[in-house]
Amino acid sequence: MNFKLKDLGPQLITVIAVVLIFGFFTYNAQINMENRGIDFGYGFLSQESSFDVQFSLIEYDGSHSYFRAYLVGLLNTILVSVIGIIIATIIGVIVGVARLSPNFLINKFAAYYVEFFRNIPLLLQIFFWYFAALRALPLPQDAEAIFGVFFLTIKGLYVPAFIWENFNIFFYSIVTSIIAIIVIRFQAKKLRETQGKQIPVFLISIGLILILPLLSFLIGGVSLSFEIPQLKQLAATSFVYDGGLSLPPELIALTLSLSLYTATFIAECVRAGIQGVSKGQKEAAASIGLTPNQVLKLVIMPQALRIIIPPTTNQYLNLTKNSSLAAAIAYPDLVLVFAGTALMQTGKAIEIVSITMFTYLSLSISISILMNWYNKKIAIQEK
Amino acid sequence: MFKYLKQLTSLVAMVAVLFTFTTESMAAKKSKTLKNTQKKGFVRCGVSQGLPGFSNADAAGNWTGVDVDVCRAVAAAVLGDANKVKFTPLSAKERFTALTSGEIDILSRNTTWTLSRDADIGLTFVGVNFYDGQGFMVRKSSGITSVNQFKNGISACTNIGTTTELNMRDFFNSRGISYEPVAFEKADEVVAAYDSGRCDTYTTDKSGLAAQRTKMSNPDEHMVLPETISKEPLGPVVRQGDSVWEDIVRWSLNAMIEAEEYGITSANADSMKTSDNPAIKRLVGAEGELGAAFGLDNEWSLRIIKQVGNYGESYKRNIADTGILPDRGPNQLWTKGGILYVPPAR
Repeated sequence: MNFKLKDLGPQLITVIAVVLIFGFFTYNAQINMENRGIDFGYGFLSQESSFDVQFSLIEYDGSHSYFRAYLVGLLNTILVSVIGIIIATIIGVIVGVARLSPNFLINKFAAYYVEFFRNIPLLLQIFFWYFAALRALPLPQDAEAIFGVFFLTIKGLYVPAFIWENFNIFFYSIVTSIIAIIVIRFQAKKLRETQGKQIPVFLISIGLILILPLLSFLIGGVSLSFEIPQLKQLAATSFVYDGGLSLPPELIALTLSLSLYTATFIAECVRAGIQGVSKGQKEAAASIGLTPNQVLKLVIMPQALRIIIPPTTNQYLNLTKNSSLAAAIAYPDLVLVFAGTALMQTGKAIEIVSITMFTYLSLSISISILMNWYNKKIAIQEK
Repeated sequence: MFKYLKQLTSLVAMVAVLFTFTTESMAAKKSKTLKNTQKKGFVRCGVSQGLPGFSNADAAGNWTGVDVDVCRAVAAAVLGDANKVKFTPLSAKERFTALTSGEIDILSRNTTWTLSRDADIGLTFVGVNFYDGQGFMVRKSSGITSVNQFKNGISACTNIGTTTELNMRDFFNSRGISYEPVAFEKADEVVAAYDSGRCDTYTTDKSGLAAQRTKMSNPDEHMVLPETISKEPLGPVVRQGDSVWEDIVRWSLNAMIEAEEYGITSANADSMKTSDNPAIKRLVGAEGELGAAFGLDNEWSLRIIKQVGNYGESYKRNIADTGILPDRGPNQLWTKGGILYVPPAR
């Protein structure tokens, strides 16, 4: 009995202390809010927001609710995080491999890139891309068309919009070819393991993903046309592009700076991962007759990934959280729209900040769970 | 076992002490803010991050502006020295939280008085020190001379967390114009973005437009459109729940305006003590016991006038002489065709 209490005592005290401290803060906040006549509650979420947002993935204007405004901000945060993670990973892997290149030029270029971008504060980089780099872009009326249809201007990147007919048939054809590819890969693996036969899976996959959608155009009645942005005059010197899709410069600057910054850390993870696989592995693989490609794919990468994934997960989390710096350059993310404008208009500081904190926590945990699942999948299967 | 019991009791005791401490200070005297201010020896004042004419710091860190003068007036009344003010620059987003959380005691930051702000979020507006309205700035070269020339697709730069965002929507919506709102957290970034051509128009309070225009790379290329799309009465704000402090701030502002009405200036305030007009004598502390109502001495208003000046002097020094808005417009005394009209100090 005495022994158990000795074990439990400190933990019990810790729990009580935590509860008391939180209780103290809650109690204090309650009294302070009561004294100043501030109500606490989440009812405001269903009220009309009455402010507009520049850029939204879902239909939104000021007549929608604050909850809808929250969703707009959340989706914009997810959008910039997902694009940022994809680009950062691509650049990171390329640069990480390049740092190990025997070519002096490539090697040094990659090293300088990493040292340069990771040692400048992110906020400064965001300001640089937004105010210095993007601001150097032409006004809409001076913009030169890229390939005749893209327009990169100070007001954003204007791209043609797709106008589909029978889009669902095209969509099904893509889905069908993806399922077919998965089945073929599975069968090919079986064939190789049981009969030692090699099938050109890659070529077949490319063929499938091209042919089926092509057929949907030729005989499925799918058609596609483009809506090209047109220059429109607002006033003597004010122009804007009408039609097509527009990507605001704020999104471009934020994605660019987040990816370039995070890519440096991912590059270091990749380099460390590849260097962490012992040389003997490569030599042994080569000695049993694997091609260099197979050595990389079947021997080096599976082992390197185990080292790369956990620290890269951290970088993904950092990128997602860093996206909240968006507020500095007017990209309407969760912090700007919800913890900014909505907080100001309602004055519900505690409620909105708590929701925002909880949302970032959920986002981070989701990424962690996903990456942990992937990490487990590629980890050594202990028998 | 007893060892942990002892630790536990001391912890509980500690927490209990903390609780009593807070509840005791919560009950407090009539004006906790006044007591704290006198104890600290300075007035804690929230201002903008730099709006010429209203609250702007020079290279040496000296704050000037009509909003700044309200805080200086309170310092003169309460502490006897207009310089005993600690200024905290705040963004539009931070300002109310800073006030309600007790980080500052007066928010004098070109803040619009609205019903929801006054009633909803634990604030009290004490008066108006500048009558303003929202307007638009455009490039002269655009040829736009009126808001009626705005067309679909126009992009408008502004600040987040202000009434501007709401007014802008009402304005464009009622006219059926589609627009792109580009909202930044800090005013400097709004100016930089508009100046570089990101936006076709810049919208905020007209006084703000006039002040920010001076920060543009070439101020002469820009103009403020004549239309005013909203009412923006700007004034100092205090926390709800301290009515004595609220009165001190309100009457410090009123004293400045009334001093102008009676022609009392920083230069002639002392000589006004012998005036025949009892209203003037009350304002310079030669008659009556006005200060006693707030727990101050009788020369509180005299110090305001001598150290800060009357409203007209403050306006001239900060807004007219700096070329921001030479014409006082509605911010003129009611006796001279404006709408500045304050209750009598008696």
